[in-house]
Amino acid sequence: MTITAAQLVLSDGEIFEGEAIGAVPENGITTGEVVFNTALSGYQEILTDPSYAGQIITFTYPHIGNYGVTELDDEASEPHCRGLIVRDLARRPSSWRSRGDLSEFLSAHGMAGIAGIDTRRLTRHIRDAGAMPGAFGTAPTEDLFASARHEPGTDNVDLAGVVSTKEPYLVGDGPRHVVAYDFGIKRSILRHLMPHAKVMVVPASTPAEAVLERKPDGVFLSNGPGDPAAVGYGVDAVRALVGRVPIMGICLGHQLLARALGGETYKLPFGHHGANHPVRRDRDGVVEITSQNHNYAVADGTVPDAEITHRNLNDGVVEGLRVADAQLFSVQYHPEAGPGPHDASYLFDDFVRLMDTGRTH
Amino acid sequence: MPRRTDIESILVLGSGPIVIGQACEFDYSGTQACRVLREEGYRVILANSNPATIMTDPDFAHRTYVEPLDVDVVAAIIDRERPDAVLPTLGGQTALNLAVGLHERGAFTDTGVELIGASIEAIRTAEDRERFKAAMTEIGLAVPASGFAYNLDEAMAVADDIGYPLIVRPSYILGGKGTGIAGDATELRRLAAEGLDASPISEILVERSIAGWKEFELEVMRDRADNCVVVCSIENLDPMGVHTGDSITVAPAQTLSDVEYQRMRDAAFACIRRIGVETGGSNIQFATDPATGEMVVIEMNPRVSRSSALASKATGFPIAKIAARLAVGYTLDEIPNDITGMTPACFEPTIDYVVTKVPRWAFEKLPGATGILGTRMQSVGEAMAIGRTFPESLQKAMRSLELGRYGLNCDPAEKAYDDLDEGELVRRSAVATPDRPFHLEAALRRGISVDRLASATAVDPWFLDQILAIVEERAELERVGFAAMDRASWRRAKRLGFSDAQLAYLWSMDTRTVRAGRETQRVSPTFKTVDTCAAEFDATTPYHYSTFEDESEVRPSDRRKIMILGSGPNRIGQGIEFDYCCVHASFALRDAGFETIMVNCNPETVSTDYDTSDRLYFEPITEEDVLDIIEAEQPEGVIVSLGGQTPLKLAGVLPRGLVLGTSPESIDLAEDRDRWNVLCNRLEIPQPAGGTASTLDEALVITGRIGYPALVRPSYVLGGRAMEIVYNDEDLARAMAELASFGTLGIEGGLSAERPVLVDRFLEDAIEVDVDALRDATGEVLIGGVMEHVEEAGVHSGDSACVIPPPTLSSAVVKVIEGYTRAIADELDVRGLINVQYAVKSGQVFVIEANPRASRTVPFVAKATGVPLAKIAARIMVGATLAELREEGLVRLPATGGHVSVKEAVLPFNRFPDVDTILGPEMRATGEVMGVDVTFGMAFAKSQLAAGNRLPTSGAVFFSLADRDKAAGLAVAARFAELGFDIIATENTAIGLKDLGIPVSEVVAKIGEDGTDAVGLIESGRVQLVVNTPRGRGPRADGRHIRTTANVRNVPCLTTVAAARAAAAGIAELIRRPVEVRSLQEFHAADQLRLDV
Repeated sequence: MTITAAQLVLSDGEIFEGEAIGAVPENGITTGEVVFNTALSGYQEILTDPSYAGQIITFTYPHIGNYGVTELDDEASEPHCRGLIVRDLARRPSSWRSRGDLSEFLSAHGMAGIAGIDTRRLTRHIRDAGAMPGAFGTAPTEDLFASARHEPGTDNVDLAGVVSTKEPYLVGDGPRHVVAYDFGIKRSILRHLMPHAKVMVVPASTPAEAVLERKPDGVFLSNGPGDPAAVGYGVDAVRALVGRVPIMGICLGHQLLARALGGETYKLPFGHHGANHPVRRDRDGVVEITSQNHNYAVADGTVPDAEITHRNLNDGVVEGLRVADAQLFSVQYHPEAGPGPHDASYLFDDFVRLMDTGRTH
Repeated sequence: MPRRTDIESILVLGSGPIVIGQACEFDYSGTQACRVLREEGYRVILANSNPATIMTDPDFAHRTYVEPLDVDVVAAIIDRERPDAVLPTLGGQTALNLAVGLHERGAFTDTGVELIGASIEAIRTAEDRERFKAAMTEIGLAVPASGFAYNLDEAMAVADDIGYPLIVRPSYILGGKGTGIAGDATELRRLAAEGLDASPISEILVERSIAGWKEFELEVMRDRADNCVVVCSIENLDPMGVHTGDSITVAPAQTLSDVEYQRMRDAAFACIRRIGVETGGSNIQFATDPATGEMVVIEMNPRVSRSSALASKATGFPIAKIAARLAVGYTLDEIPNDITGMTPACFEPTIDYVVTKVPRWAFEKLPGATGILGTRMQSVGEAMAIGRTFPESLQKAMRSLELGRYGLNCDPAEKAYDDLDEGELVRRSAVATPDRPFHLEAALRRGISVDRLASATAVDPWFLDQILAIVEERAELERVGFAAMDRASWRRAKRLGFSDAQLAYLWSMDTRTVRAGRETQRVSPTFKTVDTCAAEFDATTPYHYSTFEDESEVRPSDRRKIMILGSGPNRIGQGIEFDYCCVHASFALRDAGFETIMVNCNPETVSTDYDTSDRLYFEPITEEDVLDIIEAEQPEGVIVSLGGQTPLKLAGVLPRGLVLGTSPESIDLAEDRDRWNVLCNRLEIPQPAGGTASTLDEALVITGRIGYPALVRPSYVLGGRAMEIVYNDEDLARAMAELASFGTLGIEGGLSAERPVLVDRFLEDAIEVDVDALRDATGEVLIGGVMEHVEEAGVHSGDSACVIPPPTLSSAVVKVIEGYTRAIADELDVRGLINVQYAVKSGQVFVIEANPRASRTVPFVAKATGVPLAKIAARIMVGATLAELREEGLVRLPATGGHVSVKEAVLPFNRFPDVDTILGPEMRATGEVMGVDVTFGMAFAKSQLAAGNRLPTSGAVFFSLADRDKAAGLAVAARFAELGFDIIATENTAIGLKDLGIPVSEVVAKIGEDGTDAVGLIESGRVQLVVNTPRGRGPRADGRHIRTTANVRNVPCLTTVAAARAAAAGIAELIRRPVEVRSLQEFHAADQLRLDV
């Protein structure tokens, strides 16, 4: 057992001692925006979620890798996050589903990580100071610090364009036709749409007219990484689609829809990343426990004519909106789970109903 | 939906005495419920027979009925109080069964009372296995293949369909009583018979055994708007086949992928919805096949459970408190999360640490029990530990158990495993016993592979590999050695949970040197916070655990701070009574303006509720852990004398001057036989003749001088550990040999060569008396209560019934006892509580022993008299005088004028059919109940009913008396005959009865002789009460069969003449008048009025 000492340095100069895990980056440095996720399980889904592009993920649960990895849990063909920070990486996984261990998975995907970190101290720091760039690795402290300070973060960076598919592709065999914008789409979302529709997944940059030409029954706006303000082309396309076809949006898709409707988005201090966020559904007051992963949110009261359908119970953040007349709705959180609770999977049924009847419920 | 306004008063049902499978977790939940409902403005009426609980403090309810939890009695409470609603979901299985009983009796419909928390339909669906199975099948959830049987033939028929191995589960039982795995038809026949008997409705489920599968539990809450949340997932280290209460359990689940976890979560919600638990918490157990992931539902508890208490402590989410609010109409989103103060309770806690719970057994007290764990719960308590990783929490849990272990081996006791050969180690690891975790570590250290061990034990390889990490680190530490330890090495070792004591053992040095070496390298524990949210939000609740990280979150305040050391895991002899004392100390000191800091590791208790003290440290109570907290908090004093033996043992190692109350020197003086004798001589207080011996020869010299019978016991004892009464040299030799053997006593680290054995003349037929008293710094002594025991001296005081006020002692004798108590308290310069035990023989008072600390009877005395002894003691310890406290109103006159209080012990024999039920000097009670009434007879009858011994009012009594008891026993038989009972007796006893002119309706033969023998008679159901008094070693064998049969057949069995006499008095009352109920508040107030006049 050899231990390679490593450090994590944040852009504000905080230093954390740990040990290197996973792949070894060329210059011994990995940079990105440091965020934390509080889910207890689902590390593989989180690591492969394209919405984490540009970020280094801190897992607050100390033991990561316990049940190994399996292709079945990939949310994309490869991880898009920059790296991971854990307290303890499992030495030996155990699960009938496992096809390998997380350590090998990291190496195979060229992803570096750092273990042995006081992740609680790190989380408390980010909670108080906000998500910020950081760098970790075996390089000298001052080099890590310099890298952290030069890391641009995610503001005004179009990361969706980077992770999106370059070519359209078709999945599913349901009776309807759906065009899904890929801003960083998760496989779990496609799995929910596929039984209902033939889903044409198109690149983020696809113009509205190209979508309408396909005469879809509905358009789906996917999740994705980063700042919605940096995805102006997406907002333009959505604006051109509003009122012409039923629309459902999730996460970044929700934010783009809000901006297309004239709303504003803003950056949260440290975002929502976890699988336990309570969201109240306005329609009947029922609370859904939701999977969340976003650093930006829709500003309350800025979306003209939209009805706020869901709110985060913890901090009141807008979690869902709807314009009934325009046959569209969107949510900030992840009804597809992957990972997380299934409480909100009814929203896909709402989308189907919207396409079939023009109403969600 | 806000709080309901259509109900004003609520009857909360408690869980009664502490028994195996139902312990102080229900005091925790009930206390929270009462508190919350009062805060919400409801009139709270509480029914609970257990005086040792916090919830039965008169402050927690408007009306507190310490009455038997019996359908008739509770119906009388309902009649008298006319509550609008009854809440049964916080009092365990006892309360649920009671609710069903009350429903069937029509107690709810007759009075228009509403059952809240769970409906009868929901309770029945969850509890009745046939309905449960049908319900699960209906919603598409798999349950193990099974069939119900109502008699042996049906059981065998089901077995033919499913095949072996099979598991037998009786319906409507708690803690798996009567449950077991049958490998073949013979075993099934035996288990099925037991199970049919254990089930109150004679129904058993015969089910496909899935022993070896993985076991999980989810703690779920639901409100009336149908919001559902999972509070906590729990994974058992022990695979299926071991009762979950006897399993090592870990939170959160470690080896479930999110896909599997979410599927389980969906199933749990479907289950709670289908069962129909509209509000509150439920616990749902699942098993999965480790090879395929196939998932089945095992069972569901539609109520707060032991696991809920664990989940609450593990996450900081107060399930019981929230369940109570939900029951009165709130929804989850309307209730704030206390810990964050900002976010609502409608969420799922997420944690950033690992919690391990390890059960505590008491097999050493139960000779005859096999010590093998199975589907029937046998543990008496548990310890929980929090660490950032599983290895750290496991090692902390092991040193929390109070077994003298330093962690997971790496201590002197590991030699026992290291002497075993490889094959034997694997074989032993495969059998679930209390030693299994230690066997697993020893096996891995021997080089046996994780794979081999996993296939032999069905323990998941992940857990084994984590234990292997401990093993590998140990080898590394051994290689590096103390001198070469750098900061990184220290940190790695401590992060894997190694205690300084383990390292000291490994390096053959003392712990202080290890500690000093570690501190030189700047490796000290950091304290983290349990906050329900993995630090996502700022926590306002100071609930902490230690670990070795970068940042400590504890900032000591500048208030006056007192630290209270709790009592650790429950075990026989040290249970909820001590938690009661610690909690009271915390309440009293908080009221007096101090900041209180609680340290404890027992997840069942009120003391480990984050609301009880200003700060809670969930930590092992060992020298290292306690010193670390002292360093972090800098308290001005530490209370060690309220938590039983566990904290008391630490008095000597704490920094000088920090120990509050009576000095450690005085505590030692009372324990040191020679100095104690000098003290008694000086005070001219008689003691039974005796002496101390280190060898058999020395002991024989003493008995030669004092004669037999003699009481033999080790000098430092807890709960009468290993006491014995010997009648001759042979007995003495055997007892000495047993005391000398490491196994019996060594388990608590109590035996060492320098601690001799005490040999005292045993005063036969003496009346035993217990006194709890308080003394302050000015020398004023307050006698809290003088308790007369029902059973004669020789039965451990914890197993004996006792009475306030003393029913047979003359006032002159009581005066002498009080005088002695004052003198002893003065001589020991007691500051706080002292308990003194006496034996009264022929009017002469002998002192047996004195303990200047809280005793087991403190809560009982407080309930009987209305004087809060533990609170007063805590205040005295921080300098208050009794005069000041009297002024303040905390000290009041004891209310003992108009009522009689009886405390009765509750014994675990129904769990251990092979253990003799005879009472002796070794304590075996797990809990206690209290009966209160205006006469001794009725109070005693109530105490028996509360303890589960329903005294008959007609029928036949079977007498089998030892020769020594003949005279007294015959008089009692005459009394039963007068009361209209048929008397059945063994031959010798019958002759004596006939000589007295008492009609004997039947004479039974000795076992093995011709004619009906006693066992056959009891089995026939013709006997309603058994009086069997054994004495010495003679008639034990025969008597044992009688007692065991009575135990198995649920026929009340009294083993002393004194108890039989008291029972006759009780029965006379039961015949004369119906049981009436009255609340403690009324008893206390009536007596105060009387005293004021």
